[in-house]
Parts: sequence; structure tokens; C-alpha cells
Amino acid sequence: MAVIHNPDPSDSKQRGVTRLFYDARIRSIFIQAITLALVLGFLGWLTLNTMTNLAARNLSAGFDFLDVSAGFGIGFTLIPYQESDTYLRVFFVGIMNTLLVAAVSIVLATVFGLIVGLARLSNNWIIATLSRSYIELIRNTPLLLQIIAWFFGVFVLLPRPRQSVELGEAFFLNNRGFYMPAAVPEPGFGVVTATFLACIVGTIALAIWARRRRDRTGRHFPAFFTGFGAIIVLPLGVHLALGSPLGWELPELKGLNFTGGVSVPPSFCALIVALSAYTSCFIAEIVRSGIQSVSKGQLEAAGALNLPANWTLRRVVLPQALRVIIPPLISQYLNVTKNSSLAIAIGFPDLVSVWMNTSLNQSGRAIPIVAMTMAFYCLVSISVSLVMNYYNARAQIKER
Amino acid sequence: MRLRYIAHAALALGLAAPAFAQETMETVKERGVLNCQVGLPTPGFYALAEDGTWSGMDVDLCRAVSAAIFGDPDQVEYQSVTSAVRFTSLANAESDMLSRTTTWTAVRDTQLGLDFTTVNFYDGQGFLVPADSGITSALELDGGVICVLTGTTTELNLADYFRANGMSFTPVTNENVNVLVETYLGGGCDAYTNDKSGLAARRSAFPDPNGHTLLPETVSKEPLGPVVRQGDDAWANLVRWVVFGIINAEELGVSSENVDEMTSSADPNIARLLGSEGNIGEGLGVSPTFMVDVIKAVGNYGEIYEKHIGENTPIGIPREGTLNALWTEGGIIYAPPFR
Ligand SMILES: N[C@@H](CCC(=O)N[C@@H](CS)C(=O)NCC(=O)O)C(=O)O
Repeated sequence: MAVIHNPDPSDSKQRGVTRLFYDARIRSIFIQAITLALVLGFLGWLTLNTMTNLAARNLSAGFDFLDVSAGFGIGFTLIPYQESDTYLRVFFVGIMNTLLVAAVSIVLATVFGLIVGLARLSNNWIIATLSRSYIELIRNTPLLLQIIAWFFGVFVLLPRPRQSVELGEAFFLNNRGFYMPAAVPEPGFGVVTATFLACIVGTIALAIWARRRRDRTGRHFPAFFTGFGAIIVLPLGVHLALGSPLGWELPELKGLNFTGGVSVPPSFCALIVALSAYTSCFIAEIVRSGIQSVSKGQLEAAGALNLPANWTLRRVVLPQALRVIIPPLISQYLNVTKNSSLAIAIGFPDLVSVWMNTSLNQSGRAIPIVAMTMAFYCLVSISVSLVMNYYNARAQIKER
Repeated sequence: MRLRYIAHAALALGLAAPAFAQETMETVKERGVLNCQVGLPTPGFYALAEDGTWSGMDVDLCRAVSAAIFGDPDQVEYQSVTSAVRFTSLANAESDMLSRTTTWTAVRDTQLGLDFTTVNFYDGQGFLVPADSGITSALELDGGVICVLTGTTTELNLADYFRANGMSFTPVTNENVNVLVETYLGGGCDAYTNDKSGLAARRSAFPDPNGHTLLPETVSKEPLGPVVRQGDDAWANLVRWVVFGIINAEELGVSSENVDEMTSSADPNIARLLGSEGNIGEGLGVSPTFMVDVIKAVGNYGEIYEKHIGENTPIGIPREGTLNALWTEGGIIYAPPFR
């Protein structure tokens, strides 16, 4: 029996629609449009819901509080601040304090982590075991606990101001903080600074030139050491030639406490010690794994070429190890920045403490304050991942 | 600490369950317990015993409200949070009321979605210093390191006081009063500042209370009282009138000991207070005899004061001749009439 296929006019139209659905490009546009609509709808609903809820609770919102004066004191500020300054200023005080803690901890953790990481690889059994125990002990104790232990177990127990631990009548350590001399630039110091900056620029230029020349001619020029030497020697020379145009203001005990000089509170010291010790363990492991990732064959090849030991390290091992080390290292740096928010436990005025806590409570503006805090941490994270992506792209093994 | 940030974030995103105004009473009745917010355990005001029971001047207010609603002072769930998060917690409807040495200020009353009901203690800020420091006046604290609780009026007054007197100071702050007191006792600051009542309370729990001196200056006005969320007037009325009832009871000589006899008193003021006459309870949404339950449970204002912070307690804050004496005795503790 012959079946007569009678095409239905609507059939081709339907097939057209089906075809549209099977077209990957159109389908993906369609799905993206729906997703976008959903996301926008969700955000819209969120905003509306927030506004309704706020109104229902008689809460004030908005950023107008930012230029109101905050009225509370802050125990440690990197940028000038006084009680009559605005909330916006408090925000920046918090950011600077957070960044200061992060920067100092990162430097200390890196130096210490490098040392411990290398020690961990040592052939000397005692050194290797010591560094390994250090890592295991510190890494496996909660950071918050360490911060509190350093604060209450060490820095609060230091002697009182009158019985300060003293170092050369210039450095003082007591339970109110660590006091050091402050540098006071005198006329002429600008020249020293300018020389210093010029040397840095010069060194960078020198390094670029040396690399180009090496690529062209194969001849080596010790740009790094030359530049480094210049950065130290030249400004120092200018400084001395100008008769040392830099005064020092020494801290001195006046009344209840030391005044003058630069000082940091015990909470800062506790935070820095705990954060750097904790992070240094992770960095040590990163350094160790990075160095171990360079295959033995590379070293043997360098040996066969009779490269001097420091060249083997600088030109063979380090470039390959760094490729493994840098990405996790950067994420550790990011962790330090985020972990610094534990400062609140011992009252160091970082961003979370001074902004998310004190300002939020005094002004009651939860939404703008939480949003601004999130924006800051988000910005830091995004910048770090951009740097990391850039580095990764550059450090890829260039296969030829 | 984490949880709190989640709460902040939830509030920020408007995701928290909307607990709407006008309904606190129904919510509390349905739940069967009153969520009453107090601070971190502090002797005299909100003290926590080892067996987990709360007591104190502010705790008695929670118990009084519970007695007014349920006829039982113990239908209370105490929520103990730091000063720094008290308002968020209340605004977020985690608690129904807050009774914890909180100062009534314009900003708090108008910008935080909160309502201050009334004042149950008139306080002022002072400074506590180690006795061996030799400091005898707050004006000698120039250049000092001062321990202060964050999120309080205390830290604002501190800054004002030093600014007004042309002195400088460095604050050592914390949101946790225990950490702060430890820092002070460890010598981490020259003085500890707080409401004078708070100083007396803390000091009573020091290992050596006599080793510390309360400086004579009072640098601020701290009218302390219970707080509710704004927008639920009926609820605010209840809390406010329970406090007024307790004060009126003292004035009228009604105490936990004689309240049963007093129900048949011929004094119309007492009759209205105890509900043997009139319908004041009805307007508040509670039983007409609610004040009988309240006074049986916690006593009148004078009884509460003497029991928790009076001269015969370790806290030992004298009442006679202070603002916290009854208005009939030269103080300013005064309540509108029950009529
Ligand atoms: N009255 C001030 C200060 C409140 C305060 O600091 N209270 C003292 C007791 S009077 C305290 O130690 N609170 C313990 C806590 O809040 O955890 C305010 O409302 O900001």
C-alpha cells in the first residue's frame, strides 16, 4: 500500500522553528537572553525588596551620612584623622590600616617563608626537622587563636611605659606599643629623594638595555648588581655631601605615655607577628614545592655546561621554580589581606573593625557600609587576579 | 562573628524574613516566649549564673514584660550580644525588645528604626583608673591610652570630652567588654571608661576591686532604658507601661510582699494599678491584673534596685540623693499616672 505523503503546510513552518532551536548559535543567544533577563529581574526584585523592607523598618539608607562627622577616636591611623572628620575619612583610614597590615605582613611572611622553605630542603637533619615542625605547628593552629595568644600572651604583658624595654634610647617597647624615631626631612632632603628615584629609573633602563644587548650579542652585563649598588651608594653619597639633611625625632616619656616619634599599638604588633608567622608556613611550602618541581635533569644539564653555582640558581632553577611559585604565592598575599580582618578580635582599627563594626553601629547605615566594604575587598581580589593572569600569560613556557 | 556578618549581609540584601510592625505581641504570644536582648554578662544588670539563669536590673525588666503577657516571668529567651550589634539584632527582629543599659540618643531614636520607650536608670560616663597610678582627676588623663567599648555612646563622649578640654588620648577599642576589661587589668591602658554604673558593675567582679579608683568627673548624660523596634506602637506602649507600673508601685507602696493585700486597697490609684478597678490592661492587650503578676515576679522599682545594684550588693550604687531616687525623694524617677 502506497502511503501518499501529503505535506501539511504548517509542517514546514514547524520544522523552521525546530530548526531554529537546533541552531546552536541562535539557541545560545536565546538562552543568554533568558539568563540576562532572569539576573536583571532578580536584581530588580532585590532592590525593590530591600527598599520595601527598609521603609517598613524605618531604617535610613543612602550615602548621605558619609559627610557627617564620625565623632569617635581611632587608636591608630596611617593618614591624619581627628574625631571631627567624616565617616568617609574613617573608610579611608580603615582601608589604609588594612593595606598597611597586609603590606607589612606580606613582606615579613615572604622573607621568613623563603628562609623556612629553603631550610626545609636542607640536608641537615636538625634544620629540616625544625623547620618542618614549625610549619606543622603554626599551620595547624587556628589563626584567630594565634592572634589572641600573641596579644594577651605577649604584647599586653610587656612592661608598663615607665619600665619600657629600651634599645639605644631610640626604640621603646612597652604594653602601650612599639615606639621608634621618626624621620624629619630638612631642606635639601628633596635632592636625596630625587637621586634615589633617578637611580631606580636608571636601574630599570639599565636592565632593559642589558637584556637587549644580551639577546643581540650574547654578552652579559651585571645590571642587577650595578643598579642595586647605585641605588644604595649614590643617594647615600648625596645625603652625606649635603650634610645629612634628615633629622630624627625621638620618642620620649611625657606624662603617662611616650610622645613623639612613630608608634604602633600592641594590637598591630600581635596582628603582624601572627599573620606573618601563619602565612610564612604556607609560603615555605610553596617555595619548597616550587624548587622541587625543577627536574634534576635541569641541574645536571647546568652542571654539564659548567655553569657557576649562582648562575645555575639564577638562570636555571629560579625561572622555572618561580613559574610554579608565583601563582599560589599571590593567592597567599590575597589571603593575608582578607585574614587581616581578624584584627577586630584584638581591636586593631582595620577596615572591618572601624567601618563594618564601629561606623555601622554608630550610623546605622548597614547597606551602604556593607556594600562599600564588599566593593573594597572585591576590588583588591580583582586587581590581584588581573596581575596573576598577566603574569601567567607571560610566564607560560614558550614552546618553540 | 561570621554569623553576624551574614546577618548584616542579609539585612543589606533585604532578604531577612520581614517581621512586620504591629505584630510583635501576636508573634510573642504565638511563640510562647519573649526574645529579650541583653548584653554580655555584667554583674547587677544582666548577670549569668553558672546554672545558666539570668538575673539583674535589666533582666528583671524582661521578666516583668513576660509576666505581663504570660502571667509567668520565665517565658523569656535571653539573647546576649555585644553592644556593637545590639541595634542590628533588634532591627532584624532577632529580639522583641532590648533591655541592656542602652542610652537614649537622637540618632538612635530617629535613624536606626528603633523606639526608645522610657528611662529606667539615669547614668553618666566616668573613668576607672588603677589606684596606684596616683591619678585623681580625669583632667590628668592627657596623653593617656583609654580603653573603650566600640559602638557605644561612650566612645563618642570620650572623644568629645578630650576635645573640649584640649587634651589628647589614644583609644584602645574592642567590641567585647570582656576582652577590653582584660586589657585594662593587664595594664594595656591608663583608664577604662564606661557608664558609671557599668564601671561599678565590672569593678565588683575584679580580682581586687579596691585596687581601682573611680574618678569624680561625670562627663555625659546617659539615660538608659529599654528599646523596641519602631512602628509597633502597641508593643512600645506595653514595655513603657510595665516600667511605669513598676515605678508607680514603689511610689504607692506596693511591693512583692504586700501586693496580694493591696488588691483590695481602698486607694483608687492602687486599685487602678492592680486592675481591681478600671481597664488599663485591656488597652495594652494584656490581662487587667497584669501588674499584680509583674510585681509578684520582680517587685517594685525600689525592690529591683536594692536587690541588684543597691548599697547592700557587691555593685553598691547608692540611691539616696541621686537622680535615680523617686521624684518624691528628690530624684527624677517619675512615672505618669495609671488612669
Ligand atoms: N550606655 C552606653 C554604653 C553601654 C555599655 O557599654 N554598657 C556596659 C554596661 S553599663 C557594658 O559593659 N555592656 C556590656 C555589653 O554590652 O556587652 C550606650 O548605650 O552606648
